[in-house]
Amino acid sequence: MNIIPGDGMRKCYFDYVATNPLHPEVLNTMMPYFKEEFGNPLSIYEPGQRAKKAIEEAREQVASMINARPSTIIFTSSGAEANSFALKGMAIAKQNQGNHVIVSRVEHHSILSSARFLEKSGFVVTYLPVDKYGFVDPEAVKDSITKETIVISIIHASSEIGTIEPIKEIAIVAQERNITMHTDAVATTGNIPIDVKDLGVDLLSMAAHQFYGPKGAGALYVKRGVRIVPLICGGIQEGGRRAGTENVPAIVGMGKAAEIAKSGMSRRIEHCKKLRDKIIEGVLKIPNVHLTGHHGNRLPHHASFVVEFIEGEAMLLMLSMKGIYSASGSACTSKALKSSPVLLSIGIPTALAQGSIVFSLGMSNTEEEVDYFLEEFPRIINRLREMSPFMKKKEGGSKCYTGG
Amino acid sequence: MKFVDDIKADVTADIVYMMCPMHILKLDEMVKGLENGQVLNILTDYDGALEDIPQWCERTGNEFIGMKETENFYEFYVRKT
Repeated sequence: MNIIPGDGMRKCYFDYVATNPLHPEVLNTMMPYFKEEFGNPLSIYEPGQRAKKAIEEAREQVASMINARPSTIIFTSSGAEANSFALKGMAIAKQNQGNHVIVSRVEHHSILSSARFLEKSGFVVTYLPVDKYGFVDPEAVKDSITKETIVISIIHASSEIGTIEPIKEIAIVAQERNITMHTDAVATTGNIPIDVKDLGVDLLSMAAHQFYGPKGAGALYVKRGVRIVPLICGGIQEGGRRAGTENVPAIVGMGKAAEIAKSGMSRRIEHCKKLRDKIIEGVLKIPNVHLTGHHGNRLPHHASFVVEFIEGEAMLLMLSMKGIYSASGSACTSKALKSSPVLLSIGIPTALAQGSIVFSLGMSNTEEEVDYFLEEFPRIINRLREMSPFMKKKEGGSKCYTGG
Repeated sequence: MKFVDDIKADVTADIVYMMCPMHILKLDEMVKGLENGQVLNILTDYDGALEDIPQWCERTGNEFIGMKETENFYEFYVRKT
């Protein structure tokens, strides 16, 4: 299904981890709050109270998607805000109990940068290594805990390599030692079933545009009884924990998107998994291409690879000329033309990490699009390799990467 | 300020780190839910509560029993009357 307007050429949008298109029903639900329903939820007169009611309904919808109480959901402007809020807010709230924070090396920049900020403020941070699939070992978490440890934050699934982390096992380790456990579930929420009670986490970050909701809407789940220092100070919005007049249309949209994600999740997973597996199978037939992340235990809509002797950016450009839109590592890393820390942390050499490419799928994608892509991609790789100085070196006898 | 110890509260509201004026809104909301004679305990880190909570009690006719300081927080005790 062509979701991108243009010159009539076929367009295959394979970058759902960058963002999703808005679900039409979500847009319809949001529209009145851009127009006549413009009231401020704090106003005591009727239009204000209607906006307030709409936000509270969205809170119930988001809570229901992750099996939480509505009062535990704090709306934010993004997943990055939720992550920064969680890490900084918890570390500061618990600074009298200790100064040690544990994160993994496959975290999103919003966690890594917040961790660095905390380091500069006097906290001590452990960056846990991962194995070649990107898994954090719960035993390694246990071993890195000191009597000063106050917060552990591990990503639920990295959008660069797709591996789903053993959060439940890590949360048990944290719980046993009375350490606050946060997970960045931006890539997973709305895409795989999440039950915060089953996961056992104290805090969980999410973003609406990862499940066909609007940009500018995120949320942080904070378990009842957990004290957190606000990131944005001011008024009593969000129970006095996140100030700023609420982005009512975005919040309403997030609620609707959560409701749709919950009811349609198994259908979505089935649809994406089928296409994902077809891409993985097809791409791995190309010589000297390796899957990154774990084969089975990964996001259902995510296929990521490293291609030897080619730069990711070149592949992206050639693919986009064929109307195929994908990504090379995370959006920020790709822009900075730097090797992804996530890929380096799973043991991929710097040179090979340049050849990273990520395809992520959604409901608009079809089998026919995947067929078209699988026809074009090997040709593009061949053409680029013909031009590649690295390839010539390889033919001269240098060693190939063998994936571990 | 009246300092107290060993007060038994019927209900506790933990609003530590929540921004002003959550202490007043929560106080109002929680006291509404109490029976006459029941005691509410409010935990907060907000300095403004030192003035606001006794004043609120005076204005609304509820009894301000007193406060104590624990860890880095204040605990206020209010009896619904």
